[in-house]
Amino acid sequence: MNAIAQDLSSSRTRISGFDWSMYDRPEADRVYVRHEGEQRAIQLMVEGIRCGGCAGSIERNMRSMPGVQAVQVTVATGRVELGWTAGQVRLSELLERLAKIGFVPHPLGSVAAHETGVRERRTALKRLLVAGVGMAQVMMFAFALYAKADFDMDPAIAGLLRWISLVTLAPVVGYSGWPFFLSAWRNLQDRRVGMDVPVSLAILLAFGASLWNTWRGTGTVYYDSVAMFIFFLSIARFVEMGARHQAASVSEALTLLVPAEATRIRDGRTERVAVAALRPGDRVFVAKGEAVPADGRVALGSTQFDESLLTGEGAPVVRAVGGNVIAGTVNLDQPVEVVIGAIGADTVLAGIVRLLEHARGTRPRIALAADRAARWFVAGILAAAIAIAGVWLVVDPSRAFAVTLAMLVVTCPCALALATPAAIAASIGTLGRWGILVTRPDAIEALARAQRIVFDKTGTLTAGASSAAITTLCGDASAERCLAIAAALERGSRHPLAAAFRSFEDRAVVATELREVEGAGVHGIIDGTLYRLGRLDFALGTATADDPARDATARAWLATGDQLLASFDTDERLRAGSREVFGELRALGLEIEIASGDSAERVGQVARALGIEHYASRLSPADKLAHVRSIQRQNPGVIMVGDGVNDAPVLAAAGVSIALQSGTALAQSSADLILFGASLEALPRAIAVARRSHRVIRQNLIWAAIYNAIAIPLAAFGWIAPWLAALGMSLSSIVVVLNARRIVRLARRLPDAPAAAPQRAELLA
Amino acid sequence: MSILFVLIALGLLLMGIAVWAFFWAVDKGQFDDLDGPASSILDDHET
Repeated sequence: MNAIAQDLSSSRTRISGFDWSMYDRPEADRVYVRHEGEQRAIQLMVEGIRCGGCAGSIERNMRSMPGVQAVQVTVATGRVELGWTAGQVRLSELLERLAKIGFVPHPLGSVAAHETGVRERRTALKRLLVAGVGMAQVMMFAFALYAKADFDMDPAIAGLLRWISLVTLAPVVGYSGWPFFLSAWRNLQDRRVGMDVPVSLAILLAFGASLWNTWRGTGTVYYDSVAMFIFFLSIARFVEMGARHQAASVSEALTLLVPAEATRIRDGRTERVAVAALRPGDRVFVAKGEAVPADGRVALGSTQFDESLLTGEGAPVVRAVGGNVIAGTVNLDQPVEVVIGAIGADTVLAGIVRLLEHARGTRPRIALAADRAARWFVAGILAAAIAIAGVWLVVDPSRAFAVTLAMLVVTCPCALALATPAAIAASIGTLGRWGILVTRPDAIEALARAQRIVFDKTGTLTAGASSAAITTLCGDASAERCLAIAAALERGSRHPLAAAFRSFEDRAVVATELREVEGAGVHGIIDGTLYRLGRLDFALGTATADDPARDATARAWLATGDQLLASFDTDERLRAGSREVFGELRALGLEIEIASGDSAERVGQVARALGIEHYASRLSPADKLAHVRSIQRQNPGVIMVGDGVNDAPVLAAAGVSIALQSGTALAQSSADLILFGASLEALPRAIAVARRSHRVIRQNLIWAAIYNAIAIPLAAFGWIAPWLAALGMSLSSIVVVLNARRIVRLARRLPDAPAAAPQRAELLA
Repeated sequence: MSILFVLIALGLLLMGIAVWAFFWAVDKGQFDDLDGPASSILDDHET
């Protein structure tokens, strides 16, 4: 092991022993390389880029290779993009060269999504700037044109200014306005009327009329209004896109956590292999600073792992032999060997990304409703515009065009169709950064409305116990024997307290026919005798509840037949920071309650420690379910918090279910929200963000309703000029989108927001 | 008034230059990551 560690800790040996030519195989080429004619490009995650100097060195070295055309180094993300011509140089040569100068490259398999995002952002920025600069110029000319009456301007010069305005505005309409036209065209092809249909119609009508009037040399031009309309709308769309990308960046960051390669140990020798080539049961070596390639257990050594991107917590966690490690977590301390348990799509990380993607892809009910409303609204507006045009053609034909235009421009369906999804995306993204996974977007709404929160105790309020002790011995079996029997019975149990017995395991004592009764205990056969471990009534196999004569503080009883053998106590600790969390929850106005299967004394103890008044004890899973249902009859907004393993039915019944998961069962969880961290700290934050997002959505909808209710009649009566309509509509849409963005800002201001967790972890390392 | 023709031409020219410069900067990735460079100074330069 030491020899291996030394061998691997020197990165040079690691590289020279690695066969880069595997990247020349067609499979690798398909996965990693982008093709454009003879041009090839690849995105690499590169180890060791720390400064601008590194970037310069990489660029110099790579450009000296034949066929390399493009080298793009992003220091902040540690990424390098290479572009080269096929046939002049092999990918393996480029990678080997990079590794030789000290930057070990890892091709990124899943860059397509990221690239699309970057391209989208760049294009949107350009469109925004063209609209802004164009608008500034057009405004100058418009000012001169408005002032021409006072300054006795030569009509020829006025005509010239109109032509120049037209030339300046053409790229704004053609380039910056293009996304609106495209989206409107797609809408029409789908036989729907989206919000971009009236927008595009207004732009084209106003621009077309101005063009015609410029050509004729008389009549009104709307160049200033068009420019302003496009510019402000582009700002709103840009902000909305930012919220979307931020939500996407969470799952993207998670995908990028998994390295592309791993060091496999086979027959005492090490080899670098692609992570895709690993199989469960393989033994891999994880050096300090490396990320774990797949889920597994530590087989040799003990070290600290940084799980911050998964859990949102900066503090490293210690894992010794037998400890579970999760793909993507970074080894901070000692080199260890890990036996692979799950790979690729089966890993916890892949499960999280799947859930996250699913949540982002699902539109919550409120967004769907807003969407539908927006469609009817737009259809109504188009019909109304035609009617108004007809009326004005009769009343005052000279103003009919301007009024219809103002009418089309002034309506703002953006708050309905744009701002609600933006708010939801912003809150999912923000929560994701804190290690809170939203699996159902509707949950945000329900979470915001909830008034009562019910906690399971064991494993939720308290962390798993670490050791058990005998409180009373009733039979003739020795204490060691009793503990060994209990340990044998608890082996394989996922109950949070089972871990307390693990240190007493005795290989000679083996239990068969183990059966776990949820909320009661376990029974099994050891050496032909049936033993029962659990609640007193369960252990004795009777239906009698508490017997006051017995030791009431005991956690579990061991019995065979009707003969009690021993009672056990376990040291159950409250989760770190629980008291503060409950203070915050109370400050949020939530009624807090504990529903536990444990004894009244135990539950009472925890409840007193946390200052919780209401608690129910000795509840079987069925009792808990009935309890939650009875609360729901009075008040539907119930949050149920559990460990997600033992109380799945109750979680499923509650309005919002939150599961605390620190381990492997995570991806199978059916909870609406999942907290990854080892503490409950994220809980009040999640509720605060949900409430803020709920409030923001409501504000936006109310704002949109008021704005449209005032603006549309005014425009219909001809009291709003087209320029004022453009200003009102585009500012209104900026207001709702910025309001949605406020969720992210608020989230940053909440105390102790671990938004900077990755950076912090890096500093720790 | 003939100065107007010079000024208009100059204005359009400057606009063109500004747009070109901005496009260039965007394509160079100057606006891709607005937060990273600020925190990169906190990073230990281990190499």
